Amino acid sequence: MHNKSVAELSRELESGKVSSVELAQQFLDRLKHEDGKYNSFITISEDHALAEAKHADEMRATGKATPWTGVPFAHKDIFCTNGVRTTCGSKMLENFVPPYDATVTEKFRQAGAVCLGKTNMDEFAMGSSTESSYFGATTNPWGLSSGEKRVPGGSSGGSAAAVAARLVPAATGTDTGGSIRQPAALCGITGLKPTYGRVSRYGMIAFASSLDQGGAMARSAEDAAMMLNVMAGFDPKDSTCIDRDVPDYTATLNEPLKGMKIGLPKEYFSEQLSAAMEEQVRNAIREYEKLGATVKEVSLPNAKLAIAAYYVIAPAEASANLSRFDGVRYGYRCDDPKDLMDMYTRTRAEGFGGEVKRRILVGTYALSAGYFDAYYLKAQKVRRLIQQDFINAFKEVDVLMSPVSPSPAFAQGEKNTDPVSMYLEDVFTIAINLAGIPAMSVPAGFVDGLPVGLQIIGDYFSEARLLNAAHQFQQVTDWHQRDPK
Amino acid sequence: MSISREDIEKVAVLARIKVDDEQVSALEKDLGNILDLVDQLGAADTDSVEPMAHPLDAVQRLRPDEVTETDQRAAFQAIAPATEDGLYLVPRVIE
Repeated sequence: MHNKSVAELSRELESGKVSSVELAQQFLDRLKHEDGKYNSFITISEDHALAEAKHADEMRATGKATPWTGVPFAHKDIFCTNGVRTTCGSKMLENFVPPYDATVTEKFRQAGAVCLGKTNMDEFAMGSSTESSYFGATTNPWGLSSGEKRVPGGSSGGSAAAVAARLVPAATGTDTGGSIRQPAALCGITGLKPTYGRVSRYGMIAFASSLDQGGAMARSAEDAAMMLNVMAGFDPKDSTCIDRDVPDYTATLNEPLKGMKIGLPKEYFSEQLSAAMEEQVRNAIREYEKLGATVKEVSLPNAKLAIAAYYVIAPAEASANLSRFDGVRYGYRCDDPKDLMDMYTRTRAEGFGGEVKRRILVGTYALSAGYFDAYYLKAQKVRRLIQQDFINAFKEVDVLMSPVSPSPAFAQGEKNTDPVSMYLEDVFTIAINLAGIPAMSVPAGFVDGLPVGLQIIGDYFSEARLLNAAHQFQQVTDWHQRDPK
Repeated sequence: MSISREDIEKVAVLARIKVDDEQVSALEKDLGNILDLVDQLGAADTDSVEPMAHPLDAVQRLRPDEVTETDQRAAFQAIAPATEDGLYLVPRVIE
C-alpha cells in the first residue's frame, strides 16, 4: 500500500478494499519502523490519526466521503494542529500544543484526510537543509543505501524525505524562498508553491509574512493537484488571502501542451549551474518540445538582485513576527528570571537557535532608525523591479522553465557553518517568492545517482496550467516513479 | 559593509536577545558577510520605483465590527508558562 499514490489510495478506499483504520495502522506501523533512518518526523500522532481514520470510515458509511477521506498524509510542523504539538523545529515551541487548527489543517480535517504526524523542518523555516531543526537533522533517503548522509533540502525537508521514502504519499510544505521546491528537487518528488494569497496563512507559523505560502509535496502532479483542491481558497482569517474562485485542479491535467510557449531565463542557466545539472534540465525541456511546446530564451535582468532583496525583506519581517516569542503567553521561558528584561533576553537567547538569532538581528538592524530607507525600502523597490521582469516575460511566454537548485543534494555539514553559502542554494527559487507567482519542482533526471528538479514557473494564479504541464511530462517520463532503494 | 561590535550589542538589546562576547565576535563575521551580500542592492536604480508590499497590491480588507470570537481564555492560558487567577505572571516590574 505504501507505494500507492493519493489517487490510487483514494480509489482503494472508495472500493472498500481497505478501511481507513486499516490503512492508517499499516502506514503508522511502517512509519514507526522506518523513520529512525531519516528523522523526517518530529511527532507521530498515532492516537489522533486512528481517531481521524475511524471518523473517516464513518464519513464513508454515511455517504459523506471526499476523495481525501481516509487517505494518510502529514503536515509540516509549521501548521498548527489542535491538540497535537507544533514545534516549528524550535526549542522555543518544544512543548507547544496549539488550542486551534490552522485553516489548512481544518480543510484537510473536513475532507476526512488522516494526519499521521508532523514533519521535521529547519527552525522557523529558516534554512535550506533541515539541519537547523532543534530535533536533529533529517537525512535524504537518496544516497543513504551507499552510506552517504545527504541533506533533504529545506526548510520542508522532513515532508520531502517522508514522501520520497514512501512513509506518506503526500505532505504539506511552506515556501518563503524555495522551501517547498528545493527539498522536492533534492528528494526527487513533486512540489508546488502556489500564488501568494492562494492558500490561507492562518495558523501557519509566520516567518516572512509577505513571502510565506503553503503548498503541496507529493509523488506526482496529479496528487499535488488533489492537495491544492483541498488547500486553496479564500479565508477571512488571513488578511492577505485573495478572494478568487478555486478551479478543480485535477480537471485540466490532461489538456494537450501543443503550442505552449516556454521561456528559458538566460540568467538561470548561468555559471552557478553545473554542466551535468544543465544537461538534465535541457533534456527535460526537449521532452516538452516533443509534446508540442515551443522554446525561446527570455531575460530577467534584475533576478541577480533577488537574494540581496530577500535577505533584507525576510529577516526584517521575521524580526517583527518572532517578537511574539517573549516567554509570557506560550512557549519556552528561561529559569529563574531576575527581572522582565532578563526574562525576555534569556528566553530568546536560549529558545532560538543560531540561524534564527542571526536573522532576527539582521532584520532588527535593517529596520532600525537610520537604516530603514537604505535597506527595507530599497529592497521593496528592487522587489518591484524583479516582479516587473516576470510580468514582461509572461507577455511573451506561457511558462518559464529552469533548474530548481544549482547542485543535487549536498552532504550534511557541508554548508551549515557558512550562512551565505547556504543562502546561495536558493538562487533560482527566491525571485519567484518576491514576485508572488506560483512555481513547481518536477523530478527530471539524476546526477551521480541523486535527483534533479525542473522548475516550472507560471503567471499569477496559473497553478492549473503548471500542474497540467507537470502531469503531461510525467505521462512520458518515469523520473517521479523512481524510489530510493 | 562591516558591522561594529557596538552595533551588534545595540541591535541585540533592541531584539531582546542576550549575546555574550564570544557570540558577538562570531556575529561580527556572519552579519558582516550577510550585509556584504545585501549591499548589491545599492547598484540598482530605483529612483522612480514604488516599494512593493503585497505582490498583488492588495489592500487591507475591512470587516463589519461584530463580535465573532468566543471566550477561550482558559484554553489559551492553559499553555502559558505561568498564570494566576486568569492573569499572565511575569517578574515584578514595579517595586
